[in-house]
Amino acid sequence: MQKIGVFVCWCGSNIAATVDVKAVAEALKSEAGVVFSTDYQYMCSENGQAMIRQAIREHGLTGIVVCSCSPRMHEATFRKTAVSAGLNPYMVEIANIREQCSWIHKDMAEGTEKAIVLARAAVAKLHKNAPLTAGTSPVTKRALVIGGGIAGIQTALDVADAGFEVDIVEKAPTIGGRMAQLDKTFPTLDCSACILTPKMVEAAQHEKINIISYAELDSLSGFVGNFTATIRKKARYIDEDKCTGCGVCTEKCPSRKGLDDFNMKLNKRGAVYIPFAQAIPNVAVIDPEQCLKLRTGKCGLCQKVCSAKAVNFEQKDELIERQYGAIVVATGFKPIDASAFNEYAYNDSPDVVTSLEFERIMNAAGPTKGQLVRPSDREHPHEIVFIQCVGSRCTEDAEKGKPYCSKICCMYTAKHAMLVREKYPDVNVHVFYIDARTPGKNFDEFYRRAVEQYGVDYIKGMVGKVSVEGKKLHVQGSDLLNGEQVHINADMVVLATAIEPDPTARALGTMLTASMDTNDFFTEAHPKLRPVESPTAGVFLSGVAQGPKDIPETVAQAGAAAAKVIGLLCKNELTCNACVAHANEAACNGCSQCERVCPYGAISYEEREIRSPEFRGVRRIAVVNEAVCQGCGACTVTCPSAAMDLKGFTNSQIMSEVDAICR
Amino acid sequence: MIVNRLQELLQDDENLQFVGWEKGETPFDRTPKTFTAETLGNLCYDSFCGSNLSKYLLSQKTDKKTVVLLKPCDSYSFNQLCTERRLNRDAYHVIGVGCKGKIDGEKIRKTGIKGILSVREEGETLKIETLYGTTEIPRKDVLLDKCLACKGKEHKCADEVLGESEDTCVGDKYETVAKLEAMTPDERFAFWREELSKCIRCNACRNACPACSCIKCVFDNPNSGVQNKAAADDFEENLFHIIRAYHVAGRCTDCGECSRVCPQGIPLHLLNRKIIRDVNEFYGDYQAGDAIGQRHPLTDFTFEDSEPNAERKGGGK
Repeated sequence: MQKIGVFVCWCGSNIAATVDVKAVAEALKSEAGVVFSTDYQYMCSENGQAMIRQAIREHGLTGIVVCSCSPRMHEATFRKTAVSAGLNPYMVEIANIREQCSWIHKDMAEGTEKAIVLARAAVAKLHKNAPLTAGTSPVTKRALVIGGGIAGIQTALDVADAGFEVDIVEKAPTIGGRMAQLDKTFPTLDCSACILTPKMVEAAQHEKINIISYAELDSLSGFVGNFTATIRKKARYIDEDKCTGCGVCTEKCPSRKGLDDFNMKLNKRGAVYIPFAQAIPNVAVIDPEQCLKLRTGKCGLCQKVCSAKAVNFEQKDELIERQYGAIVVATGFKPIDASAFNEYAYNDSPDVVTSLEFERIMNAAGPTKGQLVRPSDREHPHEIVFIQCVGSRCTEDAEKGKPYCSKICCMYTAKHAMLVREKYPDVNVHVFYIDARTPGKNFDEFYRRAVEQYGVDYIKGMVGKVSVEGKKLHVQGSDLLNGEQVHINADMVVLATAIEPDPTARALGTMLTASMDTNDFFTEAHPKLRPVESPTAGVFLSGVAQGPKDIPETVAQAGAAAAKVIGLLCKNELTCNACVAHANEAACNGCSQCERVCPYGAISYEEREIRSPEFRGVRRIAVVNEAVCQGCGACTVTCPSAAMDLKGFTNSQIMSEVDAICR
Repeated sequence: MIVNRLQELLQDDENLQFVGWEKGETPFDRTPKTFTAETLGNLCYDSFCGSNLSKYLLSQKTDKKTVVLLKPCDSYSFNQLCTERRLNRDAYHVIGVGCKGKIDGEKIRKTGIKGILSVREEGETLKIETLYGTTEIPRKDVLLDKCLACKGKEHKCADEVLGESEDTCVGDKYETVAKLEAMTPDERFAFWREELSKCIRCNACRNACPACSCIKCVFDNPNSGVQNKAAADDFEENLFHIIRAYHVAGRCTDCGECSRVCPQGIPLHLLNRKIIRDVNEFYGDYQAGDAIGQRHPLTDFTFEDSEPNAERKGGGK
């Protein structure tokens, strides 16, 4: 029989205002096994903990129930308290009478009754608790960064600077990501490539950083500190070690039908290409969809002209298996597909472009060499209309757009407007906006400069329709401040399209068992207090993969994620979860269902000799690897014969809790 | 014809054992039985061999190579047991036997025919000899309920097939499930309370069910903490069947043995069929036991699975 102490916390008025804490402490005194029961204003305080320690010693308690806030808050606190008084940490049960009781009840009598029931359930469970000991597992001192944009590069640099090996896996042929496509950056208007490429070079030259480009994560197993990843390095048909990046092949390639992804498909490129001049690695890649040799077997011109003999049409996808201690998700974003927004004539006119397309048009390395011309006829535009919130903040038409604010569009539109007016003062620029959202250091000043200094015509209101009329684009919108309809005959229309997570994110989230929100952004472990950690241990978040953000914020978050990774990789070993599953061999059927639901690959099978009343002989039995098991309990609920059980949350403990609640 | 073929097999390996049916005490009884070369003459296969032999195999030793007779519907259960590694496929030579629907003795009795001595099949007609003379009834009127939800004539695991089969499915097998779904929760609760109150806990359903194959059932295991739950009161007793349905969810092949063997006539298969229908609706059509090595939807995932998320209405209708 256990000797149980019950400690009821007031949490100031958080609990005590809705739950009669004294009545709870009093009621629990009559529970079987309870030898001590009391209440106190703040159990988590030094005084409260001292009270618990004293009671454990004075009454020889074998276990304690703390009726307080969620175990997510203070379970660790009270376990340490119990340990310091000589108890096993797993002889502590928390009855959550705050989040699950006082905060959701208004009536004192109801709240008190429920608190008593919850406390009774905890006592009933505690009767069946047994001391548990956690094992330890080693930490692989290497990090995997998925995504080689500014977020991934920054995290990798910071982790590598601390002395740990980092692999960056980038699905494109080069690192750099979206930032490499940008022309200028707000609010300072410095050139994006000028500040990004030094970082790219630094990453490439860093002895601790290994860039695996044109590659994706194929599969993942393991757990925090001990992940095993298989990375698929896609065939680029060019030997990376031999290619010098001279570019002769790209000039000679006779195929000219491929669309240049880096330039947002605004121009054509050869089947063999280097995405941009400062690409890292500066190695060509062959697009198998366009390559004549790969499609028809004829051509092979690039192979002939390559003096380095780097072209290899026989190259196959390569699988690389590697161990990691931590994983950083930096998968970034893409602009949403604007073709769903044909009210803005995006499908009807090449002169209606998205902001990222506009970014390439304005860029000196872009398809127009930085000349602002209409894509349709290469003529200089005189009237440009910018439309904000295209696909952002859509509440009514959620099928089409996104409910969230993409956060960066107000600022980049102000940037675009300013750049146009700066370079081409003859061009009239109109911006239709819902609100101009400019919180950020020097952001509002930047926006005001666009309006006041550069004379950009900001019109509060949305555009209803853009129609193609000859060479012109007829823009009909509303000016809400003046209460009138606006008609503008524009030469170009730029859509500030919403951003969405990269399409690879969801599959990756499933692979990592990292949770995502309804928009496929990775969720953080706590929205305020753990913003760069995924709820899945060992998985960290960097950049837009977690939510829309601009470059300064991304870099800050990338550094924060790196700090968390370094904190993990510094450890030599991690304490395992003591609440792990185990199989009762007498009842195990060996049916494999538990193995199939185990997300961690912790279950394997062994032939064992069984001597039970039901069976004598050799039988296939499930065996749990305790270092790998994370205690999720999926196996225990799948097992039809209840052979699988979870230490600390056994079937019979849970049944006791249910019985206590239904008593 | 079947026995002749089995005799042939014996000529290659005289140590073979055979799992089939034997005539029982009444004109309708056919009992699962293991035969040796000596007793093979007693093996019988006719329209009363409704029972599913797959589960019976679990209780038979496999030190000798076993030849087993399986109807098309039984083959699903056999596959499922192989998938769960309860049976070793290599230990069996499966003879797929033809089936044109099996006769329900109870249904013959319920037509009011008394003093039955024997039943003979002549095409689509049953000739019934009674103490009071001979009567005839159409065969299709007295098929087992499970045959009316026939899964088709295809053998899913036969090494060889003897005899023709027919698909005897009539109408929509989910019709009754749909009716139950259309009830209000209170009506449905009352329906099941009434049906399940007939249960005498004879465990026939559990013993016949090929999915209920645990070496140690939770209801018999003192360590499970639920051993005596089902005996605690009449409501807990009802829950025995609900829990059983969940334990076989995703693995039940809808073989209908539970309802066929229930001496109280409880339509237990409806619980399983409701779950099958839900699984099909949420994750796409799935037939347990269709092939060996399948992963059933409840222990599987794909990257396309909808997340169980209230906002997404994951898996919702």
